[in-house]
Amino acid sequence: MKNYALRPLYVIIGLVIVVLIIREVYVPKDFGVHGESYMYGWHRKGNEEEWKAFKVKYKFDNEYCKDCHSDKYDSIMQSPHAIIKCENCHGPAFDHPTDPTKLTIDRSRGLCIRCHSSLPYPQSSRANIRGIDPDKHNSEIECSVCHNPHKPSLEGMK
Amino acid sequence: MITRRDLIKNTVAGIAGLSLPLVSVKIINAAETLFPDRFEKPSVLWGFVVDTYKCVGCGLCVKACKNENEIPYNIPLSRTWVERYLILKDGRVLIDSPDAGRDGYTNQKVRDTVVSPENIAKAFFVPKLCNQCENPPCVQVCPVGATYKTTDGVILIDRKWCIGCGYCIQSCPYGVRFFHPVYKVAEKCTFCYHRITKGMKTACVEACPFGARQIGNLRDRNDPVAKIVLSERVAVLKDAFGTKPQVYYIGLDENVR
Amino acid sequence: MIPEIQELVVHGADWTHKELFTYPNEYIYWTIQIVMYPLMTGFVAGAFVLSSLYHVFGQKDLKDLAKFSLVFSFALLLVAPMPLLFHLQQPQRNHNVFMTPHFTSAIAAFGLVFSLYAALVAYEIWFVYRKHFVETALSLRKNADKTMVENIQYFTYNLLTLGAYDVSKESSERDEKAVKLLASIGIPIACFLHGYAGFIFGSVKANALWMTPLMPVIFIMSAIVSGVALCMLTYIIIMEWKKFNAKRKHEDRMSMEIKGAEIEVIRKSSRYLIYAMIAAITLEVLDLVFRGYTAMKSWDILRSVIYGKDFANIFILQYTLGNIVPFAMLLLPGLTIRRTVIATILVMFGVFMMRWNVVIGGQSFSLSFAGYMHYTLPVIPHNAETFREGVGGALVIAVLPFIFFWFFNKFAPTLQFTKKDMSE
Repeated sequence: MKNYALRPLYVIIGLVIVVLIIREVYVPKDFGVHGESYMYGWHRKGNEEEWKAFKVKYKFDNEYCKDCHSDKYDSIMQSPHAIIKCENCHGPAFDHPTDPTKLTIDRSRGLCIRCHSSLPYPQSSRANIRGIDPDKHNSEIECSVCHNPHKPSLEGMK
Repeated sequence: MITRRDLIKNTVAGIAGLSLPLVSVKIINAAETLFPDRFEKPSVLWGFVVDTYKCVGCGLCVKACKNENEIPYNIPLSRTWVERYLILKDGRVLIDSPDAGRDGYTNQKVRDTVVSPENIAKAFFVPKLCNQCENPPCVQVCPVGATYKTTDGVILIDRKWCIGCGYCIQSCPYGVRFFHPVYKVAEKCTFCYHRITKGMKTACVEACPFGARQIGNLRDRNDPVAKIVLSERVAVLKDAFGTKPQVYYIGLDENVR
Repeated sequence: MIPEIQELVVHGADWTHKELFTYPNEYIYWTIQIVMYPLMTGFVAGAFVLSSLYHVFGQKDLKDLAKFSLVFSFALLLVAPMPLLFHLQQPQRNHNVFMTPHFTSAIAAFGLVFSLYAALVAYEIWFVYRKHFVETALSLRKNADKTMVENIQYFTYNLLTLGAYDVSKESSERDEKAVKLLASIGIPIACFLHGYAGFIFGSVKANALWMTPLMPVIFIMSAIVSGVALCMLTYIIIMEWKKFNAKRKHEDRMSMEIKGAEIEVIRKSSRYLIYAMIAAITLEVLDLVFRGYTAMKSWDILRSVIYGKDFANIFILQYTLGNIVPFAMLLLPGLTIRRTVIATILVMFGVFMMRWNVVIGGQSFSLSFAGYMHYTLPVIPHNAETFREGVGGALVIAVLPFIFFWFFNKFAPTLQFTKKDMSE
């Protein structure tokens, strides 16, 4: 009788070959080392494009808003709030005005006190922002009842 | 009974067999010499600068990031967050980041501790995000190649390939990774890869009214961010880990973790 | 934007309680299943090493236990990666580890070593049981009108022989040599396998508690401890069950002999258990002393965890109840079966607690060193996640090896041999 000792080894080798064949079919062709090294660059190349194609929500381009809302643009640009991008309060534009046709404006008190709740932290420029104690300063009503966010100076008060 | 020589022989054979996978790694690395054009230094390396003096803790960056990158708004997880540090005159250090700082800091209380202003020695805010390390330990430990470093230095995660083992989450010294509750895969800041590759800036950089966050190309000497990194006194977080972060901080305090 | 889904499961929020400051994304991501995983691989390695004591080093009195622990090791081996399946967020993609392995990751390398080891154990079992397969196949062949079950059995046994029907004396001798060879290759691989499990933790530089080069060695030693203890316990239970059955059928002579065969095996293997325990405890204490003495930046928070929050888990449950008590029980003269049973259960509990204290303990403090996270093991599940990573999932993993073992015994009987050998 022939030597049988290696027979299980053939079974094992067979299994390995099966796995390698499955691998050949299963693994995307663009999977490999893309980049500096196997340690940091071992991936599916197509995924980079998938991330690049991710949907942009915020334009964060005040000039884009200006085209239609020049009056609002002009007034805020003359105020200290000029540093705040429109979409921070008006929400992400997506493909506005096509989709959505109307943006949801955040008029909440919570939005204003992000900066204007007074915090006594001298090492942070928070201390330089004019602030109030939100619990004591007309805590029942929205800030925009009295203050115009596009013209926040006291002269611009409604 | 086996002789000692047999045992040694077998053991040596076993170890030789085991080292095979290591050899295969070396062979794959040899690809670098075979395809040198693939390994030329790319012209872009994304870098980030955080100026902690400028941060006021408004959290608009966190809000914008969550909306832009589809991270569910009402969960405590976030790709970026803002920490508040209060170093008191009695030596205590109080740190918090409620809801990742999404709604900004509007209260003087830290968790349940009321701090009187006279007792504050120093206080400031520190924005955090993925450091896009030059030597990312999260990428090193991924068993399937689902997370990787792009040639422009950004670490991305392949949502179709990640098995969700959590090893990368454990290996990040900065705790920036988490499981996305919808896609059930590892998730983290991508430097808004879909924006920066279109010539836009990241959502957090744009949302910040105070210029506390900046992104730029570290390979371009005229880039404002590169200039800051080259000419100003900047620091990185937890440099002892050897990860070489690409997020640089201005005014980093020793108490910042 | 994605619509707000009512039930968003934040992985970890169900069982993590945060204290003081932690980073927003920090949760206990690795839970009970990751405790079970090194525990199971530990059993595998330990069981294999025990069986090799007979095959390689010719410890004749361990003959029964050797066969038993070899097959048991294989059953455990198949269960070892299952905790990972329970734990993965995308279990249906688990094969990616074999499809696109990233060998700089300890987990990917583990997959390879694991497969290699599984092949080796299967190979060894084949040699040990070849004679049995051939004999059964041949006896079934003689049976002219086979029932359907017998036909299936006949087919299976024929398949198991791999077409080699030579059971002559020379071939048996050759088989024994092959077993010896495979067993001796297996010992380093078994250690390697479990060393890797330790490496998975020891190499995480972000985690102050896990990162130590001692971790793989500590894991190997405690693996051997737990594996030997499990084999001893299972062996005792099976033998006692047989004795109980024999008594019921008034086969008193048999029951006496079974008992006589047992205590010698137990005494011998408990000695190996003690050696392994000494090594394991020494390394663990060394690690602890070193951390305290060098007192790196992380020591402040580690000390508050080790000597404070986890004190009961580490010093009472793990060291006292799981190490010192069983150590004394095994060492005191006049070892009895009953005492061994209690001691081995305690030893396994100690190793379980050690795994727990490493896996859960390593995540019980924030990476910021400024806060803590407490873990509550989900007992009554309220969703899939709390079942998979709760008591339920852990019990499934704990029971599975015995089911596999029972199934393997149908084809490769481990303890019937005792009866036959004695009658010879």
